[in-house]
Amino acid sequence: MDNIAGTKSSLSWAVNISVVLLVVIWLIPTVGLLVSSFRDRDQISATGWWLSPFPVSQNYQAKAPSDDAKAEGGVNVITGNVFEDGKGKVTRFGGKRAAPTEFKAGEIAQLTKDRTLTVQSDGSYVYTSPAEIKRDPSIYYAASSPPDFSLDNYRTIMASDNMDRAFINTLTVTIPATIIPILIAAFAAYALAWMDFRGRGFLIALVVGLLVVPLQLALVPLLTLHNKVGIGQSFLGIWMAHTGFGLPLAIYLLRNYMVGLPRDIIESAKVDGATDFQVFTKIVLPLSFPALASFAIFQFLWTWNDLLVAKVFLPSNSESWVMTVKIADDLLGSKGGDWGILAAAAFISIAVPLIVFFTMQRYLVRGLLAGSVK
Amino acid sequence: MSPLIQGMLTILIGVGGCIGYFFASNLILDKVIFPPQTKNPGKNINRANMVRPWLFLFPALAALSLYLIYPVVGSFYRSLFNRSGEDFIGFGNYSTMFADDGFQTALFNNFMWVLVVPAGATFLGLLVAQLTDRLTWGNIAKSLIFMPMAISFVGASLIWKFVYANNPDIGLINAIRDSFGAAPLDPLQLPFWNNFFLMFILVWIQTGFAMVILSAALRGIPEETIEAAIIDGANPFQIFFKIKVPQIMGTIVVVWTTITILVLKVFDIVYTMTGGNFGTEILPSYMMSYMFRDDGRATAVAFVIMIIVLPVMIWNIRQARAEMK
Repeated sequence: MDNIAGTKSSLSWAVNISVVLLVVIWLIPTVGLLVSSFRDRDQISATGWWLSPFPVSQNYQAKAPSDDAKAEGGVNVITGNVFEDGKGKVTRFGGKRAAPTEFKAGEIAQLTKDRTLTVQSDGSYVYTSPAEIKRDPSIYYAASSPPDFSLDNYRTIMASDNMDRAFINTLTVTIPATIIPILIAAFAAYALAWMDFRGRGFLIALVVGLLVVPLQLALVPLLTLHNKVGIGQSFLGIWMAHTGFGLPLAIYLLRNYMVGLPRDIIESAKVDGATDFQVFTKIVLPLSFPALASFAIFQFLWTWNDLLVAKVFLPSNSESWVMTVKIADDLLGSKGGDWGILAAAAFISIAVPLIVFFTMQRYLVRGLLAGSVK
Repeated sequence: MSPLIQGMLTILIGVGGCIGYFFASNLILDKVIFPPQTKNPGKNINRANMVRPWLFLFPALAALSLYLIYPVVGSFYRSLFNRSGEDFIGFGNYSTMFADDGFQTALFNNFMWVLVVPAGATFLGLLVAQLTDRLTWGNIAKSLIFMPMAISFVGASLIWKFVYANNPDIGLINAIRDSFGAAPLDPLQLPFWNNFFLMFILVWIQTGFAMVILSAALRGIPEETIEAAIIDGANPFQIFFKIKVPQIMGTIVVVWTTITILVLKVFDIVYTMTGGNFGTEILPSYMMSYMFRDDGRATAVAFVIMIIVLPVMIWNIRQARAEMK
């Protein structure tokens, strides 16, 4: 096949290149955010993340302390170093705010008729003036600093911004909301797949119909109901809501899978005297593991990533924010310009789904195929 | 009590409760209500088997009725009342809503989303599926393009906020403009076109979904049809458009409608990126802006979304029924 169908070598090249191109376009935004999450805050605003492996050039301002002035041969001289820690490289400097990079490092700058300033590339400077120096003269310089990658953004967001709390809240919402619907759905799916009763067709159609009911419809009536029965906005409420919303897909996926199990096994078990309950727990449930895993991954990703249900069914205080709400409602507002912090927060929230995704991709793909091709 | 412990307890109670319910209800049915050890065991076993499906179905049906069926009715009912929920105003919410400029913008934008996003994602997904089909590293490429599916809409929005940032030292788009000497502009404030920048985020997420399903469909095409076309001298483009695409048309339609439904529900992207400002409101985000403020209006918007989804729902049900026969 390969050597006949479409592998004229030029076409093969075109295919390879276009796939590389698409993959790069698909990855760039995420890579950019990942790189930025490790960069120093000042460096993020100085150069783009795509330049992050290179030294960053930024403009700074320093004051030469007038107290250090010494009289040498009739002029007052201040010497010192613009770098406090002695590291860095001055490329250009200047003495005026309007022209902060007027001179090259090492040149002697004639600031006015009689005052001069020299800044060497290692940061040491000499300022001279014949008159007495009363105010600290400003030195403007451009220095390049080496790339600065660290976990500082992650530390900041975890320590000071309650993100750890949000992480735990997300986990708290997700796990029960993933496990409970599976169990309820599995029994229902078995009944719809292997038991004969009046109204089965109708119920299957109902489940298919409910698959597409917009969640938006459920918000107001259910919140009102929760408030009436005393659940209010709470974890219990959101677990129940996620369970209800996840059930149609769970039943649909599991039923489709169970219906495909070999009839012989189930019938011979029944002939041997097994009850439906035994057939279900001993035979069907273990055999349906792949479908159970598929749905578990779906539901996990869905509840972990959900913003809408969490906004409505959880109380809106920082104690019970999940990560998506925290990012969307809090960080984007309060840290709008602090890209490093935002990037770190985003990565904390997408790390777990990405791990689940890459380790369990097989089940996810299988679930997608079972859930929508039918 | 810490929510985490509460969560553990809930898992225990939930799982234990479910298992206990199923086990106990079956036991009661078999031993107490219809015990086989009577004069007429066959009759009792049959009766028990008539009831048993409903025992299995009961928890699921109860949850579905409460959390999905009741809300359809409940939302519609609520939408007939005013903001406080005290006065019945008939279709008042709907008529004021349709007269509202914000709603019209949202409806129009949503219409564009429905046109663009499913088309874009399905087209790109089909393209990637076909291109990677015989590639040695195709699976890696597919895995990487599939990755955004795992990222939350909020996370994805943040990722793209970076790309769209106004500052040419942060935003890639403005960096490229800058290198051509153009002045930076904010893509999210560009009237009309900003909608497309938002739509692209969803296309970015959904292409992987379309790709996975279409790729499986492409693999399912019988080899003979393709071989026959090659023998007849068809070129690769003809094979793709005239042999492969028509055979997977059913799957393409399914992917298309699935994404269409999703488009009508996603409010996260607009909410996170622009908050509905600069003319980017869509129905789900428009609804959220009324949630907690005016439940009458919010439920009316939700019901409009439901009506838009309805044809797809009916079509899905008919497909499912046809398959069962």
